[in-house]
Amino acid sequence: MTSHDVAAHDLEPGAQLPTQTFRVTRADLVRYAGASGDFNPIHWNERIATRVGLPNVIAHGMVTMALAARVVTDWAGDPAAVEEYGVRFAGPVVVPDDDTGAEVTVTGVVKRRLDDGRLQVDLTARSDGEKVLGRARAIVRIPT
Amino acid sequence: MPIDPSYLGHSFASDTPYEVGREKIREFADAIGDPNPAYRDAEAAKALGHPDVIAPPTFPIVFTFAANLPLLAELGIELRNIVHGEQRFQYARPIRPGDRLACAVTVENVRPMAGDDFLTTRADISAADGEHVVSAWSTIIARPEPDAPEADSGEGR
Repeated sequence: MTSHDVAAHDLEPGAQLPTQTFRVTRADLVRYAGASGDFNPIHWNERIATRVGLPNVIAHGMVTMALAARVVTDWAGDPAAVEEYGVRFAGPVVVPDDDTGAEVTVTGVVKRRLDDGRLQVDLTARSDGEKVLGRARAIVRIPT
Repeated sequence: MPIDPSYLGHSFASDTPYEVGREKIREFADAIGDPNPAYRDAEAAKALGHPDVIAPPTFPIVFTFAANLPLLAELGIELRNIVHGEQRFQYARPIRPGDRLACAVTVENVRPMAGDDFLTTRADISAADGEHVVSAWSTIIARPEPDAPEADSGEGR
């Protein structure tokens, strides 16, 4: 690997990945709907979202999952270092109809080194004080 | 309406492969706001040891979501009544432009919980030569249709 090297001390269990904070607006959700093909109206139509019992329009879970992945791929250098990635969507990211949208803050920590040398990275994501991802975990192979 | 448990183990496959486009990868990376050059610039990707640009880790949702839609339609589940419960990917290699990917979907779990239905599917994605590329597990939570008033689809209004 050439362009980016994770310092050796960043690979030990307990090492924190750089925290990132992202902003998600209604416009972002419309753009994501178009790019992903997921046109579920709960992600862009407040009337439908509230009718089915949601507090407001909510972000696609896959938007939150993609944002959380950034914390790992930016740290690892090569996005393909991520060999497994899974999350549980623990709570909605509620996106108001304004210009600032919602804020999502993602933290990550090297949880352990697996027997095969790969690293388990555990992630947390919060929005408006609430946990929005649970059991968020990536298995990463950092070339040495 | 609970999902018929006989769907457990049910498998189906798309008729035509999904062909990965360079511009689709860029569009998806733009949509998630990720400026990583490995998704856009072949030279940057080559510097990381890849033959061409690669797709972001969550890109497989583009075709696995589409592959799940016929099942949801068959089960009578409306999009507006589902939320995403869990998602997991296991990658054998990164996705690249020109990949022609076949997607085989299997229903792995169906369970009612507190009036909702949890449905877990596994999508196995392979390249034209049969090489396994990625597997994706999706759990959706189907909620009951609200009683009244009649909800419309929200499309085109």
